Amino acid sequence: MSSATLGNKSTGKATVQSDHNRPNTLTSGHRACQGCGEALGARCAVDAAYRATNGKIMVVNATGCLEVFSCAFPENSWGIPWLHSLFGNAPAVATGVAAALHRQNREDIRVIAQGGDGSTFDIGMGCLSGMFERNDDVLYICYDNQAYMNTGVQRSGATPPLARTATTLPHRSYLGNDPQTGKDIPKIAMAHGIPYVATASIANIPDLEEKVSKAINIRGSKYLHVHVPCPLGWGYPTSDTIKVARLAIQCGLFPLFEAENAKIVSSTIIDNLVPVQDYLILQKRFAHLFGKNGPSETVEVIQSIANANIEKYGLNGGIINE
Amino acid sequence: MNKPFATVLGASTSLSNKTGSWRTMCPNFANKLPPCNATCPAGENIQLWLSLAKEEQFHEAWKVMTQSNPFPAIMGRVCYYTCEKACNREQFDGAVNINLIEKSIGDIAIANHWKFENVSPNSGKKVLIVGAGPSGLSAAYFLKMLGHDVTIFENHIKPGGMMRYGIPRYRLSNSIINAEIKRIEDLGVQIICNKRVSNILNEIKGFDATYISIGACLATPVDLETKESPDIVNAIDLFKELEDGKNRPSYLEKKVIIYGGGNTAIDAARTALRLGAKNVKIIYRRGINNMPAHEVEIKEALTEGIEILCLRTINSINSDNILVDKMNYDEKLDVLSKSGETETIYADSVIFAIGQSVDISVLQEVKSIEISEKGTIKVDKNMMTGEKGIFAGGDAILGKRTVTNAIGHAKKAAKCIDAYLRGVEFVPNIKNKVINFKKLNTAYFPKDNRITVSRMPDLSFDERDVSYSDQKIIVESARCFSCGNCFHCDNCYAYCPDNAIIKHSDGSLEINYDYCKGCGMCAAECPCGAIEMISDDSKV
Repeated sequence: MSSATLGNKSTGKATVQSDHNRPNTLTSGHRACQGCGEALGARCAVDAAYRATNGKIMVVNATGCLEVFSCAFPENSWGIPWLHSLFGNAPAVATGVAAALHRQNREDIRVIAQGGDGSTFDIGMGCLSGMFERNDDVLYICYDNQAYMNTGVQRSGATPPLARTATTLPHRSYLGNDPQTGKDIPKIAMAHGIPYVATASIANIPDLEEKVSKAINIRGSKYLHVHVPCPLGWGYPTSDTIKVARLAIQCGLFPLFEAENAKIVSSTIIDNLVPVQDYLILQKRFAHLFGKNGPSETVEVIQSIANANIEKYGLNGGIINE
Repeated sequence: MNKPFATVLGASTSLSNKTGSWRTMCPNFANKLPPCNATCPAGENIQLWLSLAKEEQFHEAWKVMTQSNPFPAIMGRVCYYTCEKACNREQFDGAVNINLIEKSIGDIAIANHWKFENVSPNSGKKVLIVGAGPSGLSAAYFLKMLGHDVTIFENHIKPGGMMRYGIPRYRLSNSIINAEIKRIEDLGVQIICNKRVSNILNEIKGFDATYISIGACLATPVDLETKESPDIVNAIDLFKELEDGKNRPSYLEKKVIIYGGGNTAIDAARTALRLGAKNVKIIYRRGINNMPAHEVEIKEALTEGIEILCLRTINSINSDNILVDKMNYDEKLDVLSKSGETETIYADSVIFAIGQSVDISVLQEVKSIEISEKGTIKVDKNMMTGEKGIFAGGDAILGKRTVTNAIGHAKKAAKCIDAYLRGVEFVPNIKNKVINFKKLNTAYFPKDNRITVSRMPDLSFDERDVSYSDQKIIVESARCFSCGNCFHCDNCYAYCPDNAIIKHSDGSLEINYDYCKGCGMCAAECPCGAIEMISDDSKV
């Protein structure tokens, strides 16, 4: 088969997600919105970890969309040991779980902590940094949909420049989220010197699965950042979740890379580079940048971010300058 | 509930929450019609046989081909592949080389002596076919496979019709024609050659139905002022003369003019060149882009050094020269007019290739059979003429005069004759909607250029035998987008955020409407457009 689909038979690299016996750690009946990127991303990541550890995983979940839609009391969508405490303390709870397993000599059971961008970038940042600097044996996965979605799309530290959210409504000369704000969490994770940091996307499931499988069996703190579009908060048709995620990669705004011990070791080259406009124009949160007279000059601001990424991460096949 | 506070129920208990109730739009595996299949005059299921060929199941692929066309090796040589023009991959990185794959598999079939397997019980009905051309032979094949006894009467000394007497040997060699006809004879079809039917009513006694596939074998007469000298011949007479083993005509060895713009004109020009003509010119009344001949044939003729003089008609033929009127042609209105200018062209012989007509004398006694203004036999939607039980097809009825079309007529006529013989009404298959390029998701197809091979013959009458190797058949077949038909890529299964697609252990896929919220991601990410979103009213 000459196609790069998920059940690609010719390369012998069929994904966990295309296996008819896949674990389905996050099962049906959850209450995620239609076309939820996070639900897909979480199933892919946790299924891959499950497969890589023969099912020996425990998951600690921060508050957020994922937690809310997967465990509406008294139901639960998870088919693995799963624990939720507070919004900000998932890394600390996971640290505790890992410590308990260590005490019981059961370190074959691997620990995942996961949350959205709200708990990762903002509310749980302190606990996360603590987990990293102690190099606790946990894989932290952030499903980044770039705002507080389940409370009504409020801005987070992950909201991209010029995006409209409920708290960054464009008005007159104000064009949405200020380009000077936000933070680069994968870089912050790398700065802690932890053994493994990577970014992944639901538009590249083989790559996502490979990174999870690798990370889950590394001892120490690992950080995986997964880009998961949100049809409701970003304002695009529910069918386009993968398309939007794919364009984010192809325009350079979401670079896929791996870092080991604070150094970037590889990045995924973009084989079909597109202008950022192709990505932005699909989303209503950027609609104010595209008037009747075509795209506003501010689109260039976003393009320059993409260009810088391409340069820094060698996304055009060049060397990584980071 | 025997659990402490805030401890949820057991694992995966959300399965009791049937989120399918949220749905307003509903995904459905639709199996649309690929454009190649839709456009094939013979109705081949090209997409299906390509999917088998890519798995190296050549025999299975050949069986699918021959469900619609008993002549894969011949069609792989002479078909004008409308399928490739329609191929959605043409808009991406070049159409799949369907024609050459068909030829290659057709040749493998001949080399391995693959036979047709007839499993239908004998119906006890007998069908007479008049004319053993592509349409008559195909009808014989289809009818025999449906269980009927078939006898063919053929006017010429060999069967094959225009495949043998209308197509030059450098495009299609006799060994291929013989091998593919033999396979039909081996089914038990009786072909009686050298049998001229002058009055159909004398022959049909003892038969339950008749199929008239007499082709269009008469050269259209030309109303021209001619003086004796240059040798004048009709293209089809020339081909017949060459084929029936007479000496090569010597009159074609100098300057030759061909009059006409169709495939026959090109074939005649290239034949004259191969017979030793020093200078070959084609005269055609409209522009080169308006020539009915296939573009590849025109290109090859030009490459071989044949000149095409467009926008000209022959006014008169004199002792050693031809007076030609230059024409003006309005492409939009399709109006030709003389420009007033003339020119004189020197020629030693002229070949006419301006059209062929049907020899309807065979039907003269049957008053109920109507003949159209164009001199073709009129048939109804079931391919039946005005006379009950007499059907017609191929070049003898109105339509495009290609071998592929002749086979398509035969396929339909055979179904209609079968229905007639069984006393039931013919019900055509309902065709699915054709899927266009925009409905595909090409993000999953890396660019992968078509394996092109030059099939241009050299300046002899020997066919240039070009085929794909087994490996190349597989690679080129795998380029097929599988438009509208699931090829088990598992994208829908992998991408569904609600696990609402079930993949069974045999790889088959099923939508679980209990949980499908109708987001449409499966349809959007289906590379081949096999899933469509429909209004939920009709489902569940």
